[in-house]
Amino acid sequence: MKRALPILGTLVGLVLLFSATYTIRETEQAIITQFGEPVGGAVTEPGLHFKLPFIHRVTRFDQRWLPWDGDANQITTRDKKFIWVDTYARWRIADPLLFFQSVRDERGAQSRLDDIIDGETRNAVATYDLIEIVRITNRDFELTEDLVSFATEEVARDIEFGRNAITRSILEKASDVTPSFGIELVDVRIKRVNYVEEVRAKVYERMISERQRIAERSRSEGEGRAAEVRGQRERELKSIESEAFRQAEEIRGRADAEASAIYARAYQRDADFYRFMKSLETYRTALDDGVTLVIGSDSEFLDFLRRSR
Amino acid sequence: MAFHDSSGGNGPWSGLGGEGPQLPDLEGLLRRFRGSASKTALRVGIGIAVLVLFFASVYQVQPDEAGVVTRFGRYSRVSDPGLHFIVPFLESVTKVPVERQLKEEFGFRTVEAGVRTTYDERFFLEESLMLTGDLNVAVVEWIVQFKVQDPRAYLFNVRDIRSTFRDMSEAAMRDVVGDHSVDEVLTVGREQIAARAKDLLQEMNDHYETGISVQQLVLQDVNPPDSVKPSFNEVNEAIQEKERLTNEALAEYNQAIPRARGDAERLIQEAEGYAAERVNRARGEASRFESIYAEYRNAPRVTRARMYLETLSEVMPKLGQKVILDESGANILPLLNLNGERRQQPGPGASDPGQQPEREESR
Repeated sequence: MKRALPILGTLVGLVLLFSATYTIRETEQAIITQFGEPVGGAVTEPGLHFKLPFIHRVTRFDQRWLPWDGDANQITTRDKKFIWVDTYARWRIADPLLFFQSVRDERGAQSRLDDIIDGETRNAVATYDLIEIVRITNRDFELTEDLVSFATEEVARDIEFGRNAITRSILEKASDVTPSFGIELVDVRIKRVNYVEEVRAKVYERMISERQRIAERSRSEGEGRAAEVRGQRERELKSIESEAFRQAEEIRGRADAEASAIYARAYQRDADFYRFMKSLETYRTALDDGVTLVIGSDSEFLDFLRRSR
Repeated sequence: MAFHDSSGGNGPWSGLGGEGPQLPDLEGLLRRFRGSASKTALRVGIGIAVLVLFFASVYQVQPDEAGVVTRFGRYSRVSDPGLHFIVPFLESVTKVPVERQLKEEFGFRTVEAGVRTTYDERFFLEESLMLTGDLNVAVVEWIVQFKVQDPRAYLFNVRDIRSTFRDMSEAAMRDVVGDHSVDEVLTVGREQIAARAKDLLQEMNDHYETGISVQQLVLQDVNPPDSVKPSFNEVNEAIQEKERLTNEALAEYNQAIPRARGDAERLIQEAEGYAAERVNRARGEASRFESIYAEYRNAPRVTRARMYLETLSEVMPKLGQKVILDESGANILPLLNLNGERRQQPGPGASDPGQQPEREESR
């Protein structure tokens, strides 16, 4: 009996010690309740802490950024496009006490966030055109010559707000409400945007026809360019040939003229003699055995023949 | 005292049984045995406790890890690779792979990595299907490689960090793809998109304080949706076709034009040749004429006659038939065989005395 006493004392001491201390991890924060009644502020500092044993109860909450992943919502945009929008958010328990009082635990918080963010997302998406939800800036598309697509009107239009502004407005509007649950909303983003199934098929059809137009244009451009090159070739051929002809004729003409002048200068001395000489030359070359000569005996050539008779 | 005890073999209990030596009874033996047994048990117990304490207080950090130590749940320190100690039970350590290159895949999953890596992309269209800035649809697959830069932030700031990181990656990629046309996404803009998405993702990580450093973001397969693919291929074919047509025409051009230039050059050269020849001939002939003329002037009549007769003597023999008509018999047409006997006189014709006199005589 005497021996058991110190053991018992130690045990009680240990239990008291454990009951009077608690640790808060880096990832945690806590509130202390006394018979369900919150006592003091939130404990956010990690480490070893003390409390009244048995009477005080520790309720722990996460201190980290917590995920919220919305269900994909089917929403109609202002320009009547049916799309799925999938958002996600990150939030934290900013005021554990208020959080505990208003939504009790994370599950409660998640369902509240569902209501708030989904609602704000719907509102926001429905008041903007699809292009505003897709794009973030007004940068010009860099287009290769071959692939200049036939931009539809809605695409050619510049955006006024853009996705970032829309998500920011969702965040702001939702953030108006969440502090009353002790929740701080850190970030809301659109994770996925997609056409609903039926629209998708139509969009694919549009893409196909657009591609076909590009292909068609590309082909006819090829034909056009080929024809152009052929035409150019024809033109250059003609110009080269005629230019050469012109030059050749000019050269010949000049030569003919020069030759003519040379002849004239020489032959002018005695045109009669020239004619005589040239005739003789011509006889030499022009008359051959194919020619039958019929000559009168009174010709100069036969002068002596006759006279001797 | 202890020595005595040990000689007595009774230990601390020896005082109780004085007559031990005389009576080596069972009880004594049993007691002695029990005493030594409890001692061994104690030793073993202490040994185990020491071992447990030792193993609870020592830990090893691998070369690619960092150990984050918390005391009472509170961050205490980060330890580098090697052997380290903690205060058992009060401190705990979590190891984070800081040097390891971690990877997340989007739009597909590597089923089995190896020489022939197999991929599975059937069920991840949700991840990869996205709207482009021209409201078309593209299927974009990509990977993100990252490192844990700040193990403390990585462990303590965000719950479910993997899903957070994946959400951020998807949002970043869609933001960037949403600002590019489908053509840019598929062709020219790939690198730019990867770079911008990486920057955006890093920004978001900094904002969320995840302690993650994005090393690389690489676009993998980027395709139009399956049902649209053929028409995209058609465009590629059409572009090839266009190139081909243009090239063919250019080839024809390149073949024809240089040849035409060559021909033109030849034509001109020929004309030049003609010109040279023409002028030279003219000069030559003129000069010859002038030379002859100079001599002719000295004795015109003789020269003239000589030239005439020389020519005749040269020409006459070459001629075929020769017919001499006497003016007195001009109206009598002698019978001429124009076709028949032309080749009869092959010799030097004009001065041949053989035939001509005959004719004269016959008349």
